[in-house]
Amino acid sequence: MDSLISIVVFIPLLAAVILALFLRGDDDAANRNAKWLALLATAASFVLSLLILAQFEPGAGFQMVEEYEWIGGLTYKVGVDGISVLFVMLTTFLMPLVILSAWEVKTRVKEYMIAFLVLETLMLGVFVALDLILFYLFFEGGLIPMFLIIGIWGGANRIYAAFKFFLYTFLGSVLMLVAMLGMYVDAGTTDIPALLAHEFSYGTVSLAGVQVVGGLQTLLWLAFFASFAVKMPMWPVHTWLPDAHVQAPTAGSVVLAAILLKLGGYGFIRFSLPMFPVASEMLSPMVLWLSAIAIVYTSLVALAQQDMKKLIAYSSVAHMGYVTAGIFSANQQGLDGAIFQMISHGFISGGLFLCVGVIYDRMHTRDIDGYGGLVNRMPAYALIFMLFTMANVGLPGTSGFVGEFLTLMGMFQANTWVALVATSGVILSAAYGLWLYRRVVMGDLIKESLRSIKDLTPREKWVFAPLAVMTILLGVYPSLVTDIVGPSVAGLLDTYETALDEAGLMTGNAVAEAAH
Amino acid sequence: MIAHDFSVLLPEILLSLFAMGALLVGVYTGKDRLAPMLVWVTSGVLVLLAFWVGVSGPANQTAFGGLFIDDAFARFAKVMILISAAVVLLMSQGYMERRGILRFEYPLLVALAVVGMMVMVSSGNLMTLYMGLELQSLALYVVASLRRDSIKSTEAGLKYFVLGALSSGLLLYGASLTYGFAGTTSFTGIIQAAQGETPLGLLFGLVFISSGLAFKVSAAPFHMWTPDVYEGAPTPVTAFFATAPKVAAMGLFARVVHDAFGGVTGDWQQIVAALSLASMFLGAVAAIGQNDIKRLMAYSSINHMGFALMGLAAGTAFGVEAMLVYMAIYVTMNIGTFAFILSMEKNGQPVVSIAALSNFSRVEPTKALAMLVLMFSMAGVPPLVGFFGKYYVLTAAVDAGLGWLAVLGVIASAIAAYYYLRIVYLMYFGEETDGLDGGTHPVLWGVLVVSALIMVVGVVNLFGVDGAAAVAAQTLVD
Repeated sequence: MDSLISIVVFIPLLAAVILALFLRGDDDAANRNAKWLALLATAASFVLSLLILAQFEPGAGFQMVEEYEWIGGLTYKVGVDGISVLFVMLTTFLMPLVILSAWEVKTRVKEYMIAFLVLETLMLGVFVALDLILFYLFFEGGLIPMFLIIGIWGGANRIYAAFKFFLYTFLGSVLMLVAMLGMYVDAGTTDIPALLAHEFSYGTVSLAGVQVVGGLQTLLWLAFFASFAVKMPMWPVHTWLPDAHVQAPTAGSVVLAAILLKLGGYGFIRFSLPMFPVASEMLSPMVLWLSAIAIVYTSLVALAQQDMKKLIAYSSVAHMGYVTAGIFSANQQGLDGAIFQMISHGFISGGLFLCVGVIYDRMHTRDIDGYGGLVNRMPAYALIFMLFTMANVGLPGTSGFVGEFLTLMGMFQANTWVALVATSGVILSAAYGLWLYRRVVMGDLIKESLRSIKDLTPREKWVFAPLAVMTILLGVYPSLVTDIVGPSVAGLLDTYETALDEAGLMTGNAVAEAAH
Repeated sequence: MIAHDFSVLLPEILLSLFAMGALLVGVYTGKDRLAPMLVWVTSGVLVLLAFWVGVSGPANQTAFGGLFIDDAFARFAKVMILISAAVVLLMSQGYMERRGILRFEYPLLVALAVVGMMVMVSSGNLMTLYMGLELQSLALYVVASLRRDSIKSTEAGLKYFVLGALSSGLLLYGASLTYGFAGTTSFTGIIQAAQGETPLGLLFGLVFISSGLAFKVSAAPFHMWTPDVYEGAPTPVTAFFATAPKVAAMGLFARVVHDAFGGVTGDWQQIVAALSLASMFLGAVAAIGQNDIKRLMAYSSINHMGFALMGLAAGTAFGVEAMLVYMAIYVTMNIGTFAFILSMEKNGQPVVSIAALSNFSRVEPTKALAMLVLMFSMAGVPPLVGFFGKYYVLTAAVDAGLGWLAVLGVIASAIAAYYYLRIVYLMYFGEETDGLDGGTHPVLWGVLVVSALIMVVGVVNLFGVDGAAAVAAQTLVD
């Protein structure tokens, strides 16, 4: 199987094309066929991606590379390494569950499935792309299906949210495109492995009268930062996320939180850190502090939310703060932790949004005050919701703990003060998480409308089970992730530090050096 | 010698003879009853010529002592012009017939305009340049006011004529200055005079010629006629305006700056970059408030011309290649979009209001999907082909050290994305259907779907357009 990766990536797209061309009608039978085909395609993609994982050798660089000539001096080049392979797995693992969670959608089922299938191909493409422009193509292309998912199947205020989502992220990304073209012109290639070996100049340059310390590297770094920070999202450019989350349908929220947000973090690890080491080292204090602010600020904002989805959305922003801080700590624990946190957040936030979806489907409100005492009628739901809440809080034994702990450890080595501020986020997340749980699930069932609410259906249990298993499994046996990620991260850090040495910068005091 | 000269010009000569012959036939026989047949015959002739120009013999010949150049660049542009004109003619037929404005002169005027355009992109001398330009323009003035009983259409024709005359005046003035200071009207002579330290008069000539050409490509700040003419002219004519003449004018622009002023790249580069910047932003911002889809397309085309000019502003062979690729993609997208606009009808009457698209995806899912693809492609969102046009011009700009222009360009494209999205939003997110008619003329349906498919499938290899464009650009920029 020489083209295993391409097969995994394009199976969903193929299914989408089949749906679009051959499935006619809008009756129940057609809808059922659409759902089954989508489920089958995503499941097939998952099964085949297991083969990728089976063939994967940790620490052996880019593997299973496929390369073909393409237009305009570009190449179609895909492959995986220790950093990307787990994101591929995360995506293929989650998509069948997402499709399953959207089983009860009633309007335009066929189109809904097509949108998700196309989206899966584009997201997988981002993680496996080994060509700069190919990466951009997938990265940006994901906006189209997501725009439609929010806009067509979203809540009451969906149009505002869809436009905000699209324009915000589009503006961030087009700047990255210019930076990519600049890299192409500078290095003469768009091949990512080649670019990783290329050294971009970091001599101070003067731009319109302003002295830019770090020169080309700083400019490119900033352009990439504009895109990834929005996608991540980092404070203060996170404001599109709560809107998009609240208005998106449940399945859309799950994809957004569990996978799309990870594109930003993946981009930081794949591009910013290894390709622009000097700029990264110089600007890392800024990122660390922005992350610390994000953790504390958005946690506080989450405390004040009345809307469950909005609360979880803000909590996502806070958790992504750990990721960015971990990445720019630029040490083994920080990076391992950041990747771990992203994977684990994929399961946990997916689970939480599905939990909200379950009761939203029944009561059609996301208002926290509209619930209370659900444990009396929905014991299974209460249990599963508790598991994900605890994981979100970072209880030891769940995957959330490992991610937070590793990133905090990384942060502590890079900047103790940032770690101190960020650790307070752990307490705050316990506060809003547990408070949310108490208000929704605990207490007496007073509300008249809730008297007839039903517990989880078998379908819903099947959706939750894999997520719950993964959350606990990664919590008690984190080496599953770190064994695969570790060698690649070590290699990345190796070249990172070599580059800094050559530049005459010692890790940690780079800013002082560069300022001289 | 003469025989050779004529053989180089044979496609143009044949097309003119066809137009005049058909005119005589039309006048002496059935007049407007012949029109539908004439449309098909003219389209057929244009396609045949496109095929002939595209595959025939060795390129790089000149005729009449350098007045007329037949090289790969001219051929590339001619094929684009001929094919787009043929397709637009076919699209016009059903629409015009039902409105009772399908006169037999229409296809012939289009054919004559096409002759003018072919001469424009082949010109090797300021005289041929002007001849081609005027032949094209005069034919276009007439078709703009084709609907004689409509005030708007007449106004469009008149406005186009007056402003077109002004731009021709500017261009002529520039040409005369250039002649005065270079002592010749031939491009090969001018390029020798315009080297290194250019005489001030020559620079003035360059500025005036550029302004005249900017009118023709509707680049800001010479764009004022565009929205009014687009709105007033009958929709098929608008579709024509948005495609072939733009290619011809851009081709001519590239021809003049590289063949005649190739020695002073730095001098015209700033003019073109400024035109590009102004067009991108004006096209992006001014379209936001439009409710008439034809006016919106006018501003959209201004925006696109800005991007095409960005390729030209690079001043390199790759820049010209990028511009040609961009134009090919632009023309394809525009033809598809206008096929959609032509099919917008309510109770049999044409509709141009954007609001009428509300919830259109319920009425005609396939058409709405095709339009969605075209709109995202216009906005330059990957992985659709429209993105690759932007990719090419941006690479060319960054490569030529115009990073600032590229950065501002992508910001403009993010602004412009808004109004393309708005059309998608109306079609898909709406609550109520506005009652646009379903059912479409098969030609329009076919053109729309094919152009949307090209936007998707073209990602594989752009149908080899980039290779041909590279060859074309190489012959223009030595």
